[in-house]
Amino acid sequence: MSLWWAVIATCVGCYLLKYAGLAAPRKLLDHPGVRRFATVVPVALLAALIAVQSFGQGFDWPRTAGLGAAVVALLLRAPFLLVLVVAALVTGLLRITGM
Amino acid sequence: MSARHDAVRAGLGVGLAVGVSGLAFGAAAVTAGLSVAQACALSLFAFTGASQFALAGVVAGGGALVPGVAGALLLGARNGLYGLRLASVLPARLRVLTAHGVIDETSAVAFAHPGAARAGFYTTFAALYVTWNLTTFLAAVGASAVADPSVFGLDAVGPATFLALLWPRLKESPEDRKVALAGVVIALAATPFLPPGVPVLLAAAGALAVLVR
Repeated sequence: MSLWWAVIATCVGCYLLKYAGLAAPRKLLDHPGVRRFATVVPVALLAALIAVQSFGQGFDWPRTAGLGAAVVALLLRAPFLLVLVVAALVTGLLRITGM
Repeated sequence: MSARHDAVRAGLGVGLAVGVSGLAFGAAAVTAGLSVAQACALSLFAFTGASQFALAGVVAGGGALVPGVAGALLLGARNGLYGLRLASVLPARLRVLTAHGVIDETSAVAFAHPGAARAGFYTTFAALYVTWNLTTFLAAVGASAVADPSVFGLDAVGPATFLALLWPRLKESPEDRKVALAGVVIALAATPFLPPGVPVLLAAAGALAVLVR
């Protein structure tokens, strides 16, 4: 599958999922399984993505430190974007200084 | 101050603040190996941050694209659930257009302003859509001009984004912490043996196993 096909499939699929929700019968929400699916699956997916993107290609000290800095920023209740900037800055600085 | 005024103000604030993280997506996407056009297409037409970052992440891992797309769509499935809840407050007439705006932030603002859900939803949608796409483009062009974006630590932005998205859930729910930990363990254990993208799906399947138990 070429990269463009993956991009198009993601675009079309994401749109259809949004549309399906608006158009579907509201009764679906009464089903507890549907609610649980929508809350639990994203947690597992996001956690897995963090792990794979951080350590999937081996341990990288600057990237790990950047992620640690993001945790500190989150603990200090930093806004969303600041968390990302802190992670990139710490990782970048450690790489440039060769630490 | 009227409920409508409050909702519009919240929508503008959330839309602009979150929209700026299109910078992070544009940079992460190009660092991962997507072209500027592909990064922009995702922001214009997929327009749901977590799914976009997920696909970029799999591309970065040099990964199998089919599981990559599957992961992105699984993340996008929650938008369908927001839609179920929003259908009663949004006009059916504009559904084809409205549907595109059903994401975390627009739903959050709409639910937080029950008296003016419609104003909150459309203000957030407009502000976020314009900002997100503009910043995606700027950062994608910027990152593609840099020979090796990883020097700037941009490869840390993807995981940091997911962490920031996940954080409120980790803080509130002990059960979610267990699910997250299981996801991390499953994904890392499977990584050496399976093509990129598949371990993440396996982690989601693990969560489903917990569900049916």
